[in-house]
Amino acid sequence: MERLEVLKTYKIYIGGQFPRTESGRYYTPVNKAGKALGNICLSSRKDVRNAVSAARKAFGGWSERAAFNRGQIIYRIAEMLEGRRLQFIEELQLQGSTKKAAEEEVNLTIDRIVYYAGWCDKYQAIVSSVNPVASSHFNFSVAEPMGVVGVVAPENTSLIGLVSLVLPAICGGNTVVVLAAEHLPLCAVTFAEVVNSSDVPGGVINILTGSNKEMNPTLSTHMDVNAIVYGGNDALALKELQENAVLNVKRVFAYTNDWSKADAQGLHFISDTQEIKTTWHPIENIGGAASSY
Amino acid sequence: MKKNQDKKNRFQAEYLNSPAVDKVGVEERVARFQTRSIKDASKLQGLKMALNMIDLTTLEGKDTPGKVKQMCYKAQHLHDLLPGLPTVAAVCVYPSMVKIAKKEVAGSGVNVASVSTAFPSGQAPLDVKITDTKFAVDEGADEIDMVISRGKFLAGEYNYVFDEIATIKEACGKARLKVILETGELATLDNVRKASDLAIYAGADFIKTSTGKIQPAATMQVTYTMLMAIKDYYDKTGIMIGMKPAGGISTSKLALHNLVMVKEVLGSAWLTNEWFRFGASSLANDVLMQIMKAETGVYQSSDYFSID
Repeated sequence: MERLEVLKTYKIYIGGQFPRTESGRYYTPVNKAGKALGNICLSSRKDVRNAVSAARKAFGGWSERAAFNRGQIIYRIAEMLEGRRLQFIEELQLQGSTKKAAEEEVNLTIDRIVYYAGWCDKYQAIVSSVNPVASSHFNFSVAEPMGVVGVVAPENTSLIGLVSLVLPAICGGNTVVVLAAEHLPLCAVTFAEVVNSSDVPGGVINILTGSNKEMNPTLSTHMDVNAIVYGGNDALALKELQENAVLNVKRVFAYTNDWSKADAQGLHFISDTQEIKTTWHPIENIGGAASSY
Repeated sequence: MKKNQDKKNRFQAEYLNSPAVDKVGVEERVARFQTRSIKDASKLQGLKMALNMIDLTTLEGKDTPGKVKQMCYKAQHLHDLLPGLPTVAAVCVYPSMVKIAKKEVAGSGVNVASVSTAFPSGQAPLDVKITDTKFAVDEGADEIDMVISRGKFLAGEYNYVFDEIATIKEACGKARLKVILETGELATLDNVRKASDLAIYAGADFIKTSTGKIQPAATMQVTYTMLMAIKDYYDKTGIMIGMKPAGGISTSKLALHNLVMVKEVLGSAWLTNEWFRFGASSLANDVLMQIMKAETGVYQSSDYFSID
């Protein structure tokens, strides 16, 4: 007797759980050949709200973790993703990539995760500074994560774009709510499964699928979102995000990099979602001949 | 004491023969309260009602006069950006903080409730508990939240618990008495029902689920069981008893579910802070955030609300 294939249910990822969308709605994106990719959750504004709450809840613990430990955990994502390599390649091919391009994209994704894992305990030393001031103060500036970062993933890639935007934000101690590429959502959900098996605390990365047009306003007006990273290519959508962001003075960053390039990574992607805090510490003299330090 | 003895003789048959609770039935009924569709306008009304039913609470070893003053201010100024908000019903503090709280809320209509009887464990001799209660009343407490001796209750010494509640009721004078059953320690719904009946017949003005120090606290199953005890007593005697779920109700949604339950079990007469309260510390901000969401259309952040 012929065996029936067991198909995967693509769900969203909120607070370390895989619920279906609260709205119960689905959509069925198709690839170029007209083949349905699957029934994908069409998330609603309440899913966005739940994801932001989960991200906020996870922020304290994640940002206070030792930087080195964050690096270890992020490295673990790369390890887990390596083990799922074939699944990602298959999904990328189903969504229209050639086999070669799919393999390259997965390789680059793993390398990029390792790259940002390495940055976790190093960017602080480069971004922060000790500042010369003309008063009796030890004056220093340190980088602190902004908080909850909304990530609108690029529309034209399924995996590498999303990872390139999410990793620098969590590397810096932020937590994220990701809106996956609407028409290429498969790898986003599988990436959530990888994250879930990688020691990343629930709520640090939350991934929603569905219509960006529908979710963008909720994400960008939400008072508890501190920054938005936009990877899309739609000037009007970006304008809407920027206007909504005014409500609570969110930072908005828009990137149009070609993420498939090996050099589309770097320290500034991390430092963008960092706030600089400067402290004036009263002290008589530092570094001079009379300094007792 | 003589009076209490009479009361006991009269009611022993009632409180020692509480009906058994059908746990599966309770769960099904409770699940149905959570499926009611509440439209926006009613929701806003419900949220404001919930605010007005809150006993804003701080019961920590680390409480200071400053903390209590700050909470009392919050009780009267929930969110000044939103005009037309009610105050909370009461502030709930330890006996040592009653005087400070009383002074801070004077003239605002907010009551001062004090826990007593060796809260939260209740493990103290009766005379200590009486002194504890009298002290709080003398300091100006309008309401007393006492705990029952769960150890005695579980050991089957129901008469002891009855006497204790009746004695404290006397010590309360004019202050209203809320009796905390600490349902998280009573293990079964049958026990919850029995303790509810015991407290009601012994003279409680309110019955209250929990101290907030033990999990689980005010689950809807437990609250429902207690509401049924109140309903049966009302049907029998025509006397209203108040209900206060406390502990674990930290979201607006849960508060609204509770209001639906009270309305459907006891009726609209109980939908006022004279007969229904929420014991909570973080519920107020969540309700405020929901109200702001309804007013502005955007989801809110706790960054813009006062610390509770």
